[in-house]
Amino acid sequence: MDLPLLLGILPQVLLDGLILGFMYALIALGYTMVYGVLEFINFAHSEIFIVGAFVGVELLLGLKSAGLLDALPWPLVLVLVLVAGMAASGVLAVTVERVAYRPLRHAPRLIPLISAIGISFFLQDAIRLFESLWRNAFNLVYPTMDVLNVRFELTQTVDVSVKSLVVIVAALAMLGVLHLLVNRTKVGTAIRAVAEDQAAASLMGINVNRIISLTFLIGGAMGGAAGVLFGVQYGLINPYTGFIPGLKAFTAAVLGGIGNIPGAMLGGLVLGLLEALAASYLSLLTGGAFGAEYKDIFAFSVLIVILIFRPKGLLGEVIRGRA
Amino acid sequence: MKNSIVRSVVGVLVVLALAMVPGGAPIEAQGKGTVKIATQSPLSGGQAALGEGIKLGAQLAVEKFKGPLEKMGFKVEFVPYDDQAKPDVGVSNSKNIIADKDILAIIGHLNSGVAIPSSEVYKEVSLAMISPANTNPTVTDRKYTNVNRVCGRDDVQGVVGSEFAKSLTVKSVYVIHDKTPYGQGVAEFFRDDAKKKGLNVLGFEGTEEKSNFDPIVTPIRARNPDLIYFGGIYDQGAPFFKQAREKGVKSKFMGPDGMDSSDLAKIAGKNVVGMYYTSAAGPASALPKAKQFVEDFKKKFGKNPEPYAAEAYDAATVALKAIEAAAKGGKAPAREDVSVAVRKVKLAGITGDIEFDGKGDRKKALYFVLQVASDDPQKWGDNKIVKQLAIAPPSATAQK
Amino acid sequence: MIIQSALAVAAVAVSSTAVATFPRSVLAFLAFQAAVLFVYLARVPRWLRIGLLGLALLVLMPLIGAYNGYYLEVATQVGIFVALALGLNIVVGLAGLLDLGYVAFFAVGAYSWAIPGSPHGNEIFGSGFPLPPSTFYLFLLVGLLVAAGTGVLLGLPVLRLHGDYLAIVTLGFGEVIRVLANNLDKPINLTNGPKGITPIGRPPAPFGLPYGEYFYFLVLLIVAIVILVNRRLEDSHIGRAWEAIREDEVAAQAMGVPLVRAKLLAFACGASFAGVMGVVFSAKQLFINPESFTFLESIGVLSMVILGGMGSIPGAVLGAMAVTVLNLQVLKGFSLWLNELKNAGVTILGFNLADLPTQFEPAKYERMIFGIILVLMMIFRPQGILPARRRQRELR
Repeated sequence: MDLPLLLGILPQVLLDGLILGFMYALIALGYTMVYGVLEFINFAHSEIFIVGAFVGVELLLGLKSAGLLDALPWPLVLVLVLVAGMAASGVLAVTVERVAYRPLRHAPRLIPLISAIGISFFLQDAIRLFESLWRNAFNLVYPTMDVLNVRFELTQTVDVSVKSLVVIVAALAMLGVLHLLVNRTKVGTAIRAVAEDQAAASLMGINVNRIISLTFLIGGAMGGAAGVLFGVQYGLINPYTGFIPGLKAFTAAVLGGIGNIPGAMLGGLVLGLLEALAASYLSLLTGGAFGAEYKDIFAFSVLIVILIFRPKGLLGEVIRGRA
Repeated sequence: MKNSIVRSVVGVLVVLALAMVPGGAPIEAQGKGTVKIATQSPLSGGQAALGEGIKLGAQLAVEKFKGPLEKMGFKVEFVPYDDQAKPDVGVSNSKNIIADKDILAIIGHLNSGVAIPSSEVYKEVSLAMISPANTNPTVTDRKYTNVNRVCGRDDVQGVVGSEFAKSLTVKSVYVIHDKTPYGQGVAEFFRDDAKKKGLNVLGFEGTEEKSNFDPIVTPIRARNPDLIYFGGIYDQGAPFFKQAREKGVKSKFMGPDGMDSSDLAKIAGKNVVGMYYTSAAGPASALPKAKQFVEDFKKKFGKNPEPYAAEAYDAATVALKAIEAAAKGGKAPAREDVSVAVRKVKLAGITGDIEFDGKGDRKKALYFVLQVASDDPQKWGDNKIVKQLAIAPPSATAQK
Repeated sequence: MIIQSALAVAAVAVSSTAVATFPRSVLAFLAFQAAVLFVYLARVPRWLRIGLLGLALLVLMPLIGAYNGYYLEVATQVGIFVALALGLNIVVGLAGLLDLGYVAFFAVGAYSWAIPGSPHGNEIFGSGFPLPPSTFYLFLLVGLLVAAGTGVLLGLPVLRLHGDYLAIVTLGFGEVIRVLANNLDKPINLTNGPKGITPIGRPPAPFGLPYGEYFYFLVLLIVAIVILVNRRLEDSHIGRAWEAIREDEVAAQAMGVPLVRAKLLAFACGASFAGVMGVVFSAKQLFINPESFTFLESIGVLSMVILGGMGSIPGAVLGAMAVTVLNLQVLKGFSLWLNELKNAGVTILGFNLADLPTQFEPAKYERMIFGIILVLMMIFRPQGILPARRRQRELR
């Protein structure tokens, strides 16, 4: 076995894993917000997330054809696109809740799950229909901004691109904002109250429907931001792209302790690291008998083991009381 | 409760009884009857883009070449089916297709996993199937008289690739594939032949990942192979090559015909300029017919053809020619006759000269190795032929 | 009762005549299915119901199948999914354990016959394969046992998990099985990876039946047994234990319900039905590869259970029937019909359908419509089409 090679790539592999983990964490925040309040897996979140990516690419392409993409300073463009993606996904999430989940608020728990699956199917093909009419395209490519592709060499064997740094910064910022919002503001108190006990909250004068809509707005906006960053980072989206990262992020949310905001972040990072380590090392360590194709098995096996010992996730469920 | 259900069932029954007549009555055919050509490919779900390419390619051919049959007095119709890339749906569709006596040929599928069980159904009635995309050797190695394919075989294309790699004087290769029957198949044949030719295969891995290739690229970068071969389709290959180059991988890139799409350049841009790919379909710049096809396709559907659209176009043309030949008596031909006629068709198609052998493979497929010339997707047609090889498929016993 | 009896007889008679008159009409066949359903639900004497159902399923359906093999295929697939839905109904509906990876057991069953029943077995065990096709019947039992064993294997580590944690672990398990099937072509070639296994042996059909009819009867027989077992289970000791666990685990345990055993039994029972059907599926398809066992299949079966009415046997049957018929027949029939109109150049409101841009190709939007139907069903009938009686009483 080639030990120098194995050790030599380790820092880069860990860094790759962290970046992927932050990506998962961003998407997982949306699942966790909604779950924390309603105890319901918003299965359509992966499509809400990818809608953000589509709005982002449309805006970027619009700016590009208007010649503004290179004229405007890149942080401004990025913020613009992020805001647009967040707004679109947030509004979509609220609409979906209003149409497909609210009538089912008191139904058994699996009923809204199936409704969410229906919405997910619908949205995938609706996006596809829209894009095939509008651009006659299936795959959309994010226009590149050269600044974002610049790579910094940290050491001889480790480097990181600007866009990856953007992902990390955005994820940390959003985690912070969300944490403050839920724990330090009046609205946050209301959200926590609704999570704790809807009936009691409404007796205290809290408009439960409004708070739930707000939760979906926030969760959707997080998803939208994640979608834009996903597009910027990986460059290629299609209407079905959201599904797999959505599934992974959902796994991450559960791993960390669903409904728990720092837990979502932690779960994302753990999952990202596991995947990166498995994909990079399996082939090298087993002499080619196993390879990157086993990364999901590896990640899921570890997940199962973790959940056996910590049945409520790494950080546990702390929806109630503190979010 | 129960009564209301009963009532609603009665209601449904009545409505159905009323609606039955218009829906059920076949639309009156004109002249000597209707001849239908069907496609089966995924039209929804994650593989819809390629599946639709097959449908559109076949549709274009039917519209373009249905003239002679119409002159003979037939009405020619085109019927697309969505197999959702699922074997059970494909089989159920196939049963529906064979129940429609007007359908005389089927163009499909995209997935070998759907094509193999479905073709067992077509075989029951000797319905001619011409596949544009199933490169898995098993498809024709069963020697069914009704099953043919226009595309090449994995075991041929992989070998063409490694043969060319050898001629580039590379010493080490790294092989990645997409874990589909197609991608893994080509990659395996590439790997085996490369080993035989004395190339050093540094790694062989599959991945279902579509977006994030960082963890795969990192070990590749550390081992610095001379050439990376990706067995798969452009929508996965392009992000992979892009991320690899951006991460500083300096190796040469190569792939099979799944990479033959202008979207490869659109997605990966300058990162894939100079990349090689093998294809049975010649570049538009060198072959006037292929150029015409791309132009027609763009004009009609407003976009560039996906991989396999050209193969589907040729497959549908073969089907029409065979039906024409079998219908010489003036009557709508029997399905067996069409299947027999398919094996006799000689066609100068846009993917080269088409003629089937006893198994339904092309007698001698001409393979091109092409090199991406520009990062502009509009100039995809300018890609240069760097090598041409005419290779006949191996006999069934020689596989593995 | 008399009116309904007369109606039932008339419905079966009229609809089967309709099918005979229009053998290609999807609607006629739908009417036939609706008639069978009506007989099943209507208030008619027991002997009449059994007689009519027997007539329809054992005589009329195979006759229709001889006219049009497609309908027999649909009926066979309905049967396969009914068994799957009933199996999942035990786990999700009765015991209340959300399983998002159910198709894994189906896969295990399918591979347990595909490997020894095809020449592929030689790659692992040397020589002697394929086994003689008549051993297929033995392997129905093997598939059942292997799947049940896998169910226990999954059940053991996850006993402590609840609700959505359980869901995610089962989802992961389902993916693990699929990815394993997709990857175990090396180091040992167990499953032949994505290229799949073919040709898989089929048992010689008795009485010279064509294979379409043979598999229809086989599936029908298995479904009948599965329904019988389910009804027995539901009212048995263990069935009540499951429902107690579903309603309140702690209380159930306090009342002396053996949690571990009951949960493991639920997983094993649910898995065994899928295992048997997996064996049948692999023989019927002649070819399997991992593409048949994706997460979406699990979701599909789950939606059947919930659409039909969780915990209810007729519900699961109906849910499986509705979803399968909708996907294989109604939506396909509808888009084919639109395509026919388009080919004929029919004009609607002054718009010639032949000019319809290819983006609106109806065949492309079947799944979208399915999604809308799922949402509407949940909103307007959240308890499912035929909810369990015990549930119904609760809801009132």
